[in-house]
Amino acid sequence: MKSFILKRAGASLITVFAVICLNFLIFRLAPGDPVKMMFTDPRVTAEQMQEVREKFGLDKPLGGQFISYVQRLAHGDLGISFWQKKPVTRVLAEKIPQTLILVITALGMAVILGVILGALAGWKTGTRLDTFIVSASLAMYSIPSFALGLILLLVFAYTLTIFPLSGMSTPASGLTGFGYLKDVAWHMVLPAFSIVMWYIGEFVVLTRSSMTDVLGQEYITSARAKGVKESGILWRHALRNALLPVVTMTGVNLGFAVAGVIEAETVFSWPGIGLLTYEAVMKRDYPLLQGIFLLFAVSVILANFVVDIIYGYIDPRIRVGE
Amino acid sequence: MSLLEVDDLRLYFYTKRGTAKAVDRVGFRVEKNETLGLIGESGCGKTTTALAIMKLIKPPGQIVHGKILFQDRDIVSLDKEDMRELRGKGLAIIRQEAQNSLNPVMSIGKQIAEGLLVHDKIGKKEAWERAEHQLGLVGLDTKMISHFPHEFSGGMKQRAVIAMATVCRPQFLILDEPTTGLDVIVQRQLLSLINHLKQELGLTALLIAHDLAVIAETCDRVAVMYAGKIVEHSDTVSLYRKPLHPYSQALLSAYPNLKGEKKQLRSIPGVPPRLINTPYGCKFEPRCSYALEACKHQEPEMMYQDGRYVACHLFQA
Repeated sequence: MKSFILKRAGASLITVFAVICLNFLIFRLAPGDPVKMMFTDPRVTAEQMQEVREKFGLDKPLGGQFISYVQRLAHGDLGISFWQKKPVTRVLAEKIPQTLILVITALGMAVILGVILGALAGWKTGTRLDTFIVSASLAMYSIPSFALGLILLLVFAYTLTIFPLSGMSTPASGLTGFGYLKDVAWHMVLPAFSIVMWYIGEFVVLTRSSMTDVLGQEYITSARAKGVKESGILWRHALRNALLPVVTMTGVNLGFAVAGVIEAETVFSWPGIGLLTYEAVMKRDYPLLQGIFLLFAVSVILANFVVDIIYGYIDPRIRVGE
Repeated sequence: MSLLEVDDLRLYFYTKRGTAKAVDRVGFRVEKNETLGLIGESGCGKTTTALAIMKLIKPPGQIVHGKILFQDRDIVSLDKEDMRELRGKGLAIIRQEAQNSLNPVMSIGKQIAEGLLVHDKIGKKEAWERAEHQLGLVGLDTKMISHFPHEFSGGMKQRAVIAMATVCRPQFLILDEPTTGLDVIVQRQLLSLINHLKQELGLTALLIAHDLAVIAETCDRVAVMYAGKIVEHSDTVSLYRKPLHPYSQALLSAYPNLKGEKKQLRSIPGVPPRLINTPYGCKFEPRCSYALEACKHQEPEMMYQDGRYVACHLFQA
């Protein structure tokens, strides 16, 4: 297991380096001059612009820029945000917790609920419960997440006024401790729900088909022939095997979750990385965007690394090189 | 009192194309410490009979008639929980293609110990120790207990499956083609292991095979199955010396005899009938070289003849 983890870690580090290179190149290849974008005011002279270029190191050749980019990255320096005029790392650090709390809650719920419902549907294939779970989750999956978000806002926040319209907490409420947490949870219901609803369908359908497949396997009948209780068949024998493709799917999905988060945060004005991305794009804040891209890429790689290790624990056949 | 008695068992599969009589009016007894062989071509209902005894038939299969008496208790009418308690403890089965009988993500030790934990009130540690002992009993290295199925060879997997099925010391063991798909050397080793275990654990067994040599070596009596029915039932020696039913004769002449005279091997022309909407009369009639007029219209009844049972019109007179 130890060598397996080390190998996976090594592969992840190589991927991170590739991402750093690509991330650097993409922004250099983008058309237009970032400095000209920065100063649309006609009173700014060409000399002043050149001065700014020198300050940001944009006058140097690409190779030199790359080396200094990597050097600064190694020191945790992602540059200065054009728009906020603050170090990118600081801007990101302010927003990461908000996004993490939303993403972990929503994806966690989607995975757990999706797996439970999918396993149930697969276990009871052909029954009414199965039909209901599958059709409901497919319906949810078919609705675009931003549309679902807007409908939720319209119905539950605007018309029925049960939930708040936007934000993460009630402004200037002065709440602290448990009261504050409750307030945040209350604000999180709608955005989390829209993410859960969108992702749950995939997990339900995947777990269900994987489950029906596993239940038809010889070893399930053999377990029954040993006298194992039905609950043991479901949890010990079937689910663990059925989870293998689901775990892989979760890793792949985390990349797409980034898109989901940007949408959900924008629709519900949740002050996290997603909303920040939207604003950074609107303001053409290249250093900030570059930082965000890197953050997204690294977190997806990190999450996949964790998924790989979990996979290694569930499936003994995966632990290669032992 | 027989340990297991199957009486007039009928098991049908209700499909859209019609009813398939997979097991039709099958009856036999297995006495304590005896081994009964069940032989016949593929698709003639041997495995289905075995699964019926374990009550592991999945829909659309259904037992529609008959009794399966195990220790004088009718299994057919047993409720789910009582049946579950019987499985593994009273009745055990080693299934065809043991390769797939093991859960790929569970260690061998856990899979063997699981049966003990389900049936006997013992702790995990003791179950693990007994599983380890069991591995030694089937001739595997006890160090392999925490290994996973993919680390085992085919023959080792089959041994592990035998260990798994016998760990609770069942009274009755069904062996469903235990040596199929293995090379002859491993087959040989497994057969002697099975014979050894039978004596060691005092097992009563039902052995299903289409390999006549396997049956000859292991069984006291043999039932020959064709198209869901038993057509001949006799002690092993008599059957091999003088098979009565034309199907038994055909089966034997399709198999080489190493010691006796050298004869041309003959295959049985044709294939077993489909089990949906089978015509009246003897099911073997279309392939039988001795077929009479009566065979086409009337199904032969099981007849008692010189201590043997045979269902054929040739012996009805």
